[in-house]
Amino acid sequence: MNCYIRATGNISPQLTAGHPPFLAGPLQEYTGTRMNCAEPDYKDLIDVKLIRRMSRIIRMGVAAATECLQEAGVSMPDAIVTGTAYGCLEDTGHFISRMVSQNEELLTPTAFIQSTHNTIGAQIGLMLKCNRYNNAFVHRGFSFESALLDAMMLLQEEEAQHVLVGGIDEITDYSHTILSRMGLYRRGHASNLDLLEQPSRGTMAGEGAAFFLVASERSATDYARLDGLATLYKPDGPAVIEQKLNSFLEANQLDFSDIDLVINGRNGDLKHDQVYDELKALQICPQVSYKQLCGEYPTSTAFAVWMAANILKSGDLPPLLAPSVAEQEKINRILIYNQYGNIHHSFVLLSAC
Amino acid sequence: MNEPVFVAGIGAISAIGNNIAENLNALLSETTGIGKMTGLDSVHRDQLPVAEVKMDHQALASLAGLPEGISRTALLSAVAAREALGSAAIPGFGKLRSGFISANSVGGMDRTEKFFIPFMENNQRGRLRDVVHHECGTVTELVADKLGIKDQVTTISTACSSSANAIFFGARLIRNGLLDVVVAGGADSLTKFTLNGFNTLMILDSALCKPFDENRKGLNLGEGAGYVVLVSEKLAATLDQKPICRLSGYCNANDAYHQTASSPDGTGSFLAMSGALQKSGLNPADISYINLHGTGTQNNDIAEGTAIKRLFDPHYPPMSSTKAYTGHTLGGCGGLEAVYSILAIREGLIYPNLRLETPMKDLPFRVQTRLQRHAAVEHVLSNSFGFGGNCTSLIFSKA
Amino acid sequence: MVKLMSDLKSQIIAQLNLQDVKPEEIGDDQPLFVDGLGLDSIDALELIVLLQQEYKIKLSNAEDGPKVFKTVRTMAEYIKAHQAQNA
Repeated sequence: MNCYIRATGNISPQLTAGHPPFLAGPLQEYTGTRMNCAEPDYKDLIDVKLIRRMSRIIRMGVAAATECLQEAGVSMPDAIVTGTAYGCLEDTGHFISRMVSQNEELLTPTAFIQSTHNTIGAQIGLMLKCNRYNNAFVHRGFSFESALLDAMMLLQEEEAQHVLVGGIDEITDYSHTILSRMGLYRRGHASNLDLLEQPSRGTMAGEGAAFFLVASERSATDYARLDGLATLYKPDGPAVIEQKLNSFLEANQLDFSDIDLVINGRNGDLKHDQVYDELKALQICPQVSYKQLCGEYPTSTAFAVWMAANILKSGDLPPLLAPSVAEQEKINRILIYNQYGNIHHSFVLLSAC
Repeated sequence: MNEPVFVAGIGAISAIGNNIAENLNALLSETTGIGKMTGLDSVHRDQLPVAEVKMDHQALASLAGLPEGISRTALLSAVAAREALGSAAIPGFGKLRSGFISANSVGGMDRTEKFFIPFMENNQRGRLRDVVHHECGTVTELVADKLGIKDQVTTISTACSSSANAIFFGARLIRNGLLDVVVAGGADSLTKFTLNGFNTLMILDSALCKPFDENRKGLNLGEGAGYVVLVSEKLAATLDQKPICRLSGYCNANDAYHQTASSPDGTGSFLAMSGALQKSGLNPADISYINLHGTGTQNNDIAEGTAIKRLFDPHYPPMSSTKAYTGHTLGGCGGLEAVYSILAIREGLIYPNLRLETPMKDLPFRVQTRLQRHAAVEHVLSNSFGFGGNCTSLIFSKA
Repeated sequence: MVKLMSDLKSQIIAQLNLQDVKPEEIGDDQPLFVDGLGLDSIDALELIVLLQQEYKIKLSNAEDGPKVFKTVRTMAEYIKAHQAQNA
């Protein structure tokens, strides 16, 4: 199967919007347990008439998708596929809180309409007047992975030549309060600058919108080639994960020595990161992490794919990521291994092209 | 990539029955499931009729074999998915590569809206166990775990076309050689969130809905679940039981006209239906029955009808909306109506469009108003359209 | 009437989150929908709630929307007529 990443668009807690040089600037620091996106001026990307109804996640998603399509020079993708675990939480929270406080009276439709999980993909379709395939996956730590699988299958089936695919999730006050009460985040001091160096209980919340234009035909400006994707649901221990990883690499006729870099999903939570420690086979590969940049959220694999695509395009690790990796040859092949809550494990394999 | 995908089992729960047999009986006796709201605790209970599953939460949990404290959507999903898998009776299921592809529109919202009452007063209050299943995906996982399915578990949410897309995606996982068997469909329970949401859009009928009637006033919400068991051609050949039918065509298109309203010429519906026909290699004249999306709103029915006119004129197959029986089950309707479409093939039935008094003046065709038995039903087109312009059509054909 | 129309303009802007639009920029007789201010059917539903909230007027049939919400003036006239009726 041929699947090339032709373009990207990424709005994240780092300065990634608008395609600045890849992670060239200083790391954006966040203290507390919430890493919100550094958002661009949306008026440059979205029609002002449309912005008025859009909540933050919709703006982020539509803007990242627009940047991606602009970079690709594609005005009409053959398919639009999104992944979001939580969907449009701000609109959901708005409607439900009004419903409770106003005892089901005098409610307005906008928040309800926009709370639907397919809103971002639908808005992109509406803006582009794209009548083609449009789908939305909403499966926790597999939301983006499922969207990516759908996109890859569409290319494989020759149903599409260009697919716009993205992962989007947002933090809201309600969700952050509730997830904090569930014990997901650090108590007391936290900073993303030392999140991974000082493992402890809990992590930091993140969010983001990362889109990709994937194509079946190669072009001169592609970032990378997407070689494979595998997911593993609720594995019974490290042996099962390792077995899956082995068979995944085997299916791609590779072994661990062929992997130039592993991007892992460590988030600084001791219990969570133990899963990575136990995966002995991977230890021989050079590794970098990414959640110190974007925080933890269910569709963060999209951020990792964006990072891998950029590293493969240049062949080098940016200084921001490099300290933990020794001098090395050009990076030609990257394996992303992320897991969410030790329930959703995913492997994404990419190579330079 | 284009080998046939077969339907080996079906399961359903809705306001007209807790299993396939009960649903079929109600369809044959022309008994609607829509009535006064009794289970849902809403201030609109006397104004807005709904189609509730006729089981309280406790009884439903016991039938599903799941704890009472979880979302009703998971319970409905579990009941129908388990019936589907049971009816497929696939030997050695545990050794096959299996998937559970489910859909819902608002996840565990029925619990979340309970949580929000104390939470709004004080954000340290509200029982967390009422909100742990808020995400659409957790509802799917509760059921996947119950069924023992691990290889591919995912959730689709494209409003009212969600579960049609789940079936579509499940079939493609088989065609791409990733899985041998997939349980696919969707579920939604009634929630105050969706009831009030649709109420703000002023598209809920305060009487029983009348899809495709000139004087239709809107839809009634319902709850339910419908699942199919899809198997590869290779697996189908090894089963003792003959498959019920084939999934022969599917298409997902977008109306790209408005966030909630359908375009006047039904662009998205037209593209979905014509795309599904093309995929199946059939002509419009080959279709024996159309299970309409037919919500009963002014907008949906004229847009869908116009698209049908564009595609089928002048030879119209019999068609009806079964939402007059079940209400609009949102994330569940694509699955539930796929099951009814499959039953139409298996039993040779054309369902009546209940309560139709005055056919729509702007459409040159009439929907079916009488139950037809012993019909030769070869190919059924099932339509599911939703917010965001998402339009999906499926075609089921005799095996 | 002038005061009512001026109030309505501010309320419409707030309810519909019309960023970058100032009350004085909306003409009394400027069409609110499509060509004029560019509002659509979702906005009409928002305006129905606005009438209910601010003026205790219930527009039970969404089909009446286009007539009532044609311009700020038609809205004001509708409100006046209802207030007179209920007085």
